[in-house]
Amino acid sequence: MTKAMTGARMVVQALKDQGVDVVFGYPGGAVLPIYDEIFQQNDIRHVLVRHEQGAIHMAEGYARSTGKVGVALVTSGPGATNAVTGLTDALLDSIPIVVLSGQVPTFMIGTDGFQEADTVGITRPCTKHNWLVKDTARLSEVIHQAFHVAKSGRPGPVLVDIPKDVQFATAEYTPAPKARVDHYQPRVKGDIEAITRMVEMLETAERPLFYTGGGVINSGVAASQLLREFVEATGFPITSTLMGLGAYPASGDKWIGMLGMHGLYEANLAMHDCDLMLNIGARFDDRITGRIADFSPRSKKVHVDIDPSSINKVIRVDLGIVGDVGHVLEDALRIWKARGRKVNKDGLAKWWKQINEWRAVKCLSYKPSDKTIKPQYALERLEALTKGMDRYITTEVGQHQMWAAQFLGFDAPNRWMTSGGLGTMGYGLPASIGVQIAHPDALVINVAGEASWLMNMQEMGTAMQFRAPVKQFILNNERLGMVRQWQELLHGERYSSSWSESLPDFVKLAEAFGCKGIKCADPKDLDDAILEMLRYDGPVIFDCLVEKHENCFPMIPSGKPHNEMLLGNAETQGVIKAAGAVLV
Amino acid sequence: MSALNIKKGATSHSAYDLRDPHSEAVESHTLAVIVENEPGVLARVIGLFSARGYNIDSLTVAEVDHTGHRSRITIVTSGTPAVIDQVEAQLGRMVSVYDVHDLTAEGPCVQRELALFKVAGKGEHRIEALRLAEIFRAHVVDSTLESFVFEMTGTPEKIDSFAELMRPLGLRELARTGVAALSRGV
Repeated sequence: MTKAMTGARMVVQALKDQGVDVVFGYPGGAVLPIYDEIFQQNDIRHVLVRHEQGAIHMAEGYARSTGKVGVALVTSGPGATNAVTGLTDALLDSIPIVVLSGQVPTFMIGTDGFQEADTVGITRPCTKHNWLVKDTARLSEVIHQAFHVAKSGRPGPVLVDIPKDVQFATAEYTPAPKARVDHYQPRVKGDIEAITRMVEMLETAERPLFYTGGGVINSGVAASQLLREFVEATGFPITSTLMGLGAYPASGDKWIGMLGMHGLYEANLAMHDCDLMLNIGARFDDRITGRIADFSPRSKKVHVDIDPSSINKVIRVDLGIVGDVGHVLEDALRIWKARGRKVNKDGLAKWWKQINEWRAVKCLSYKPSDKTIKPQYALERLEALTKGMDRYITTEVGQHQMWAAQFLGFDAPNRWMTSGGLGTMGYGLPASIGVQIAHPDALVINVAGEASWLMNMQEMGTAMQFRAPVKQFILNNERLGMVRQWQELLHGERYSSSWSESLPDFVKLAEAFGCKGIKCADPKDLDDAILEMLRYDGPVIFDCLVEKHENCFPMIPSGKPHNEMLLGNAETQGVIKAAGAVLV
Repeated sequence: MSALNIKKGATSHSAYDLRDPHSEAVESHTLAVIVENEPGVLARVIGLFSARGYNIDSLTVAEVDHTGHRSRITIVTSGTPAVIDQVEAQLGRMVSVYDVHDLTAEGPCVQRELALFKVAGKGEHRIEALRLAEIFRAHVVDSTLESFVFEMTGTPEKIDSFAELMRPLGLRELARTGVAALSRGV
């Protein structure tokens, strides 16, 4: 049965049919008809943000913590341009979100009308796909296609631009099952011949290593389960990128920690020295590889990725398998079991012995203090006091983000939301609200730096309005810590504009928003202060005054290979040469 | 390029497996990209090339299936084997793209381009231009007492050669369509 309705009603109907329960958005002239429809129903909740960038990050937090598609609604012109940073963030981290934007009426497009912007033009490079819908009869089908594209294959952000006259006009609604989606069906099953070759390689490898990434999380909870089973059955060590934390539990005994620029010594050395690298859903990002020419020089490399363009993009691999991580792992596990569950036991024993020697270096050691709170200590206490809770962590971007990745353990997927690819300061606060809206009873903490946090602090208003009891755990060093660290290492300790001047009083700021503010500067008071934050039923801004000059170690200096990483007590002057200094 | 004289379907693997993937030699490849003919699709394809720093040496586009709304974009690009692989993979994953064929790698193909040459001159130059046009099988499609417009279809190399010959004879303007290409055989 088909039904005629206005474009605006179609939007709401299509969202309902797609199972959407919440939309993050901000109204404006070009989306008023859609807001009018939202007003007249109760199935979809609308969360009013304070800035459109916040809406996109909330949708990302929602999507990443649930595995579902996040939805945001913005108006034309500035509404859409404010969404650009969030869209780019979601594109680089492969987060499925659908953004609906209003547009000036079709007959005004191209006239430089009020709040007109070429939204599909501006967002073309920062979306997986986008549509300008000029005919109401096409609108519902396009929205269904948008959801299909956002979540199929390598997930990503999509945008549907809807002119205002299209929202007012009436046409027949196309139900979701009738929408044409056959033209976009990425391959999910890997080539069995190639998977068999991968199994043959892992049966004989002496120094194998699983290197996993966000693709495992995106593939779904089942993929994480299969990965765990595979790791346990083979006894291979496993490391992960920032984006993949939680796919394999941090408490698991095969876990050797995060790898990369600020990854663990044992993980990076294992990457450098392995003879078989099994890349499962990671993309050889430059934070991972260090100097390409010296990247894991003696290993055979296998790369499983759902996106064919990821394979051989940065690192030439010996075996590429295009497919969904979950499907490929399932086939690989089945084939490996059928062939007799073989591994190279002698080689593996020696390999673990070597890894344990690297572990003994204890690369995360830091100089404790009883006078100032060390940021690492703050995170160790946060970890200890929230262990076992139904906990979700978001972060901003910078030193605190790396410390959080190093010192907090994740035993389940979808519990860790961070801006990895784009490195978007201002991501964490709105993302934490998106997570909290999806999981109202869970403990949601945004581990933040004071500078990042200020970038989207207006969203505390959203947290208050929608009773999202998010905890903002700000490691306040009164510095742009990572910028300061690089200036120390690279620019002769000339700290150009990396001081956080004129900071607000965060406790008073909390009071101004109507939530709770806590300030802590003494390590002796820290536990009580954290417990107070956890006990408080509502949003908290926690101003944790930490050591101002702490550097984040270990660190692979730019332009260096994995085996030249710096530990905490290293001499840091002059370690980055001219060739490395041009890198970011 | 033409050294890769393999029949289509002769191997289950890509023809890329047959060359040295680490080669730094820059090759020219002709790609046929079948896309949904929707607004902005050309901008998407061009945007991909500019955003990722790939080369476009020539590009043509037109709808080839009016009922199916499909257009064929023929792109001549150049790069190392690794870059060509990336170009094909990046195009292939786009939502509006149905299919990508590397005609250069897949086997022999026919490449043609149409060009119009405006040549102005008098006396011997004019006669010589006409004589060369005959040799190159170019047609005169416009004529005045002081000028010709020649039309010629051929490979890009043939058009280049003719243009070089016309230059001293009074070549004023040159318009080229860019390459259209099809694989040979079925």
